[in-house]
Amino acid sequence: MKPFVRFEDVALSYRDDGEFAIEDVTLSIAPNEFVAVVGPSGCGKSTMMKLCSGLRKPTRGRVEVAGGAVAGPLKIVGMAFQNPTLLPWRTTLDNVLLPLEVVEPYRRTFAAKKRGEYSDRAMALLKTVGLAEHADKFPWQLSGGMQQRASICRALIHEPQLLMLDEPFAALDAFTREELWCVLRDLWAAKPFTVILVTHDLREAVFLADTVFVMSARPGRILARKPIELARPRDLEVTYSDGFIKLVHDLRERIGTVRKAHGSVRKPAEPAR
Amino acid sequence: MSWLKSTRAAPWLMTAGLLVLWQAVCSAFSIDEFIFPSPIQVWHALIEYAGPIRQHSLQTLLTTVAGFGIGVVFGLALGVAVGSSPWLYSATYPLLVAFNSIPKVAFVPILIVWFGIGTIPAILTAFLISFFPIVVNVATGLATLEPELEDVLRALGASRLDILKKVGLPRSMPFFFASLKVSITLAFVGSVISETVASNLGIGYLMMSASSSNRMALVFAGLVVVSILAMLMYVVFAWLEMRITGWAHRRGH
Repeated sequence: MKPFVRFEDVALSYRDDGEFAIEDVTLSIAPNEFVAVVGPSGCGKSTMMKLCSGLRKPTRGRVEVAGGAVAGPLKIVGMAFQNPTLLPWRTTLDNVLLPLEVVEPYRRTFAAKKRGEYSDRAMALLKTVGLAEHADKFPWQLSGGMQQRASICRALIHEPQLLMLDEPFAALDAFTREELWCVLRDLWAAKPFTVILVTHDLREAVFLADTVFVMSARPGRILARKPIELARPRDLEVTYSDGFIKLVHDLRERIGTVRKAHGSVRKPAEPAR
Repeated sequence: MSWLKSTRAAPWLMTAGLLVLWQAVCSAFSIDEFIFPSPIQVWHALIEYAGPIRQHSLQTLLTTVAGFGIGVVFGLALGVAVGSSPWLYSATYPLLVAFNSIPKVAFVPILIVWFGIGTIPAILTAFLISFFPIVVNVATGLATLEPELEDVLRALGASRLDILKKVGLPRSMPFFFASLKVSITLAFVGSVISETVASNLGIGYLMMSASSSNRMALVFAGLVVVSILAMLMYVVFAWLEMRITGWAHRRGH
């Protein structure tokens, strides 16, 4: 199958002096594949998001999305971050509708006739994440988990082909986080799209993804590609199974070696005290 | 009794207490009206000169509002420009700070040379003194936009203008209104200073001429009128702020 996202020997430096945020990244992601990217802090995971969405151009190499080289903002992507970044002067519903006021082809028809139609669509989406009753509330009236659900709805309202999530659940408590894993799983199962999930949470990565990429510390490189062959649909119960735990353990080990290698460079043979 | 202890009563009680203290000091030491008039003497002056006070305070109000109006338009425009361009921000910020540290009263002689004695220097002084807080606040509101939010919109193909309209401006409205409250009171300072130095109209002029003819009670009456005008305008903008940017205050759903 033709890949939906392809990185070919990509490197990106934010400055001119040549220190790379990511380096030698080559990977491909199939259409409607759910990919998770894990790695230590500062490994350039967010840089990958900027490259995929066309917010940044690679310093070296080539990034292709949907069959063409990325040359600018793509419009077929949706994004959500750790911080829900909802607009405090808009209700939940109006927050979700924001992308439709901006992105073509919705933008042209938004003001005139289609607002009602789009509202219905947003309401349907809010309903699937359990926020229908909160559509008229303002962000500060919602809990952190609800805000994050709204943020994900905003990322999906224009039916993007590629959803990019940058640690979307990192600021939530453990129970809410697991609840939102299931929300995301169901949204993806109902209407597949390609997902790139950047996360620190290995259980989250294994539970949700088809494939997990492990990245090294800066400059970020792909250390491993790990297909997750757990049967779908996955239930939260699966996170307690031996197979799941073994997968998480494997990934943990790889990241562990990354850190050890990193540490030994900085502190050579310090005598024990 | 409970009303007296409430925070709503507090400002009135404090004001009344200060007036009583003021009157008591003046009566106890029998201070001469030409040095320090008591509240009652000021009140008499207010009534006796009600006509001229009305005329001059109206002039001051119009002057101030005109200068403030120009300040709002100019401040908003400059604030948007400075806040949405990091280059302009770095380029103009030191200049703005330097400009703001000049005592505005120093401009009045220059303005008089350029525009003559009267209303125009007063309007311009009010403008010069009032636009700075607006520029700074609007620029800050725009410059502190969350980069993630900008990314979300830019990835959708939003132009800079889109981002400004949908996110930047609404987001900086609380900053803008907060600065209006500061600016309107500053505008009064500017217009009254200019009237004091060079005008034959306005509360500043009235106070100047009253003091030169030793009518100290009338000078104080002028002070009272200016502070009441400034407070009323402050209340207007505080009310507008609550109406328009209530979402930023989270009180009352």
